[in-house]
Amino acid sequence: MLQFVFRRTLWIIPVLITISLITFVMMKSTPGGPFDVTSSGRDMPKETQELLMRRYHLDEPDWKQYLIYIGAWPTGNDAAGAPIFKGVLQGDLGPSYQYKGRGVTDIIFAPPSVGGSLWESRFGRTATLGIFGFVFGVALGLPLGILAAVRHNTWLDYVSLFVSTLFVSTPGFVLAIFLMIIFGLWLKWLPIAARTWNTWQPWLLPSFCLGVGLSAFIARLTRATMLEVLRQDYIRTARAKGLSQNLILIRHALRNSMIPVATVLGPALAGLVTGSFFIESMFSFPGMGRMFVQAIGQRDYSVILGTTLLYAGLIAVANLTVDIVYAWLDPRISYK
Amino acid sequence: MTQSVAGRQAVAPRASAAALGMRVTKPRGLWSDAWARLLKNRMAVAGLGTICFFAVIAIFAPLVAPYSMNDQYHEKVYVGPVWQTGDWSFILGTDAVGRDELSRLIWGSRISLIVGFVPVAIRLVLGGVIGIVSGFIGGRLDNFLMRIADVFYAIPDILFAIIMSASYRDTWFGQQMGGLLLLFSALAIFGWEGLARLIRGQVLSLKQKEFIEAARTLGATDARIMWKHIVPNTLAPVIVSLAFGVPSAIIGEAGLSFIGLGVRPPTASWGNMLQDGLSSIYSQTTLIIAPALCVALLLLAFTFLGDGLRDALDPRMKQ
Repeated sequence: MLQFVFRRTLWIIPVLITISLITFVMMKSTPGGPFDVTSSGRDMPKETQELLMRRYHLDEPDWKQYLIYIGAWPTGNDAAGAPIFKGVLQGDLGPSYQYKGRGVTDIIFAPPSVGGSLWESRFGRTATLGIFGFVFGVALGLPLGILAAVRHNTWLDYVSLFVSTLFVSTPGFVLAIFLMIIFGLWLKWLPIAARTWNTWQPWLLPSFCLGVGLSAFIARLTRATMLEVLRQDYIRTARAKGLSQNLILIRHALRNSMIPVATVLGPALAGLVTGSFFIESMFSFPGMGRMFVQAIGQRDYSVILGTTLLYAGLIAVANLTVDIVYAWLDPRISYK
Repeated sequence: MTQSVAGRQAVAPRASAAALGMRVTKPRGLWSDAWARLLKNRMAVAGLGTICFFAVIAIFAPLVAPYSMNDQYHEKVYVGPVWQTGDWSFILGTDAVGRDELSRLIWGSRISLIVGFVPVAIRLVLGGVIGIVSGFIGGRLDNFLMRIADVFYAIPDILFAIIMSASYRDTWFGQQMGGLLLLFSALAIFGWEGLARLIRGQVLSLKQKEFIEAARTLGATDARIMWKHIVPNTLAPVIVSLAFGVPSAIIGEAGLSFIGLGVRPPTASWGNMLQDGLSSIYSQTTLIIAPALCVALLLLAFTFLGDGLRDALDPRMKQ
């Protein structure tokens, strides 16, 4: 078991390296650099361009730039003697090209005002939204799936099957469009644009849109698994022994139906992350997803690269956790 | 008495069965069986019908659409739909530069369907070849290819589709076919590994079966075995996977166009129209509801079809 964990953990390293390489190469293929025009839109004078390129090490050959970025190649120190750029391996994600003077790590992790908590930073906001979406997804999907399986072939089963298919096929941002129109325009229950994100009302719609796809997926999966579990012989034995339906569910059926749901959690996190791009853009949510989309439009390379690494790293760790949890739940898996 | 294999064989059992007084039923193959099961599933049939409807509209777009995709009527900007204005010349209204919404919707169905199918076809070819070769030949090649697939599997698809679209958008490659070539590549490159693994698993289990050994004894080459025997037997889960791959490609296109990285304007795609309509979401609601409804309908249809196909093709399903 330990060997399995060790091997799987080691696997993350080549994955992250490949991801950073691919992203880096793709970014370098974009025509035009970050310093072609000034922030006011005029062409940047040649000398300033060269100076900026030299400062950010953009005049070095590409392979060197990559190594500098990940922190494997030492660069010069500034006037105070501290290294200008420490590289990703030491936690420095580089300077932002669009917001001069701010680092990428700063943009992602720093709260908007001094003294705010981590939860108010872009990362914190997105993480909170993701957690809400996930909790919503599981809290809605799991009971619905179980209920549909237990009341198999009744109207409840058919209705919940139809509804969950509806929500699993509609992407979150399309659903968000419908909900915004229904609740913001026709019913006027929720405000059109959120003024502040410190109250709970603006969180309702984005969390729902983010989590409802997950809940539909979990509902379908739980229902299918539960149906198969309930057909097993040991359930029949338990029922023959006189155990009540509820006790059967809780003690026997539930645990075995949760195993496939546990395996889906890794891709679920990936889905929450990528879903957040579109949902955050739709709701003007002050999070990492919207920042990522904006950075792409502004060709802010280091923000794009840094955010991609962060996301990919999170997803890789989540997949690893899921694999370990699955191997622990089902001992047959780890003896591969 | 010698009998030719093909023609007479079908007649003899019938004749003998009828002679014995037994009821003669038509022999049904696996595919017609599955097709009959699919037809019994009403939602799947409804889904199939919807897809055919959209396909017909897309193919006959020049005949069906009242206007062209790009005609701008500058005096008729932001005209409302027919139930607001009573004017039947622009049934769903016009957008910010005076283009007819209904026509753009009809023309956009072409893009959505093409973007649904082409990346999936590319994924099928790529994943299929790698899966079959890897499973059949085995050994070091298998290991190597599967490691590559593992790395691709760990990469989140949409994230990299976004980055790839953003990076190559302004290059020569990104401008071919109005941005469609780049879109196809971005959506196909990060989806092949699932199919490859699925096919490889199928091939591995089929390799052990006796009929493969029999074919080899009869002198069939590797290529012939792969093509004639292995491929037809791997089709069932592949079909289901494809049916679910199309919605993800359509969602990918809609999402990419929504954040401005997909199909280049002025080409109309439903994702494009979502982005355009967002700015007027509260004033001219039709502009965003119409493409949103179309996207949702098409996706729903494919999901029901995929569910139906999976249930119909699963040999373990007892009636």
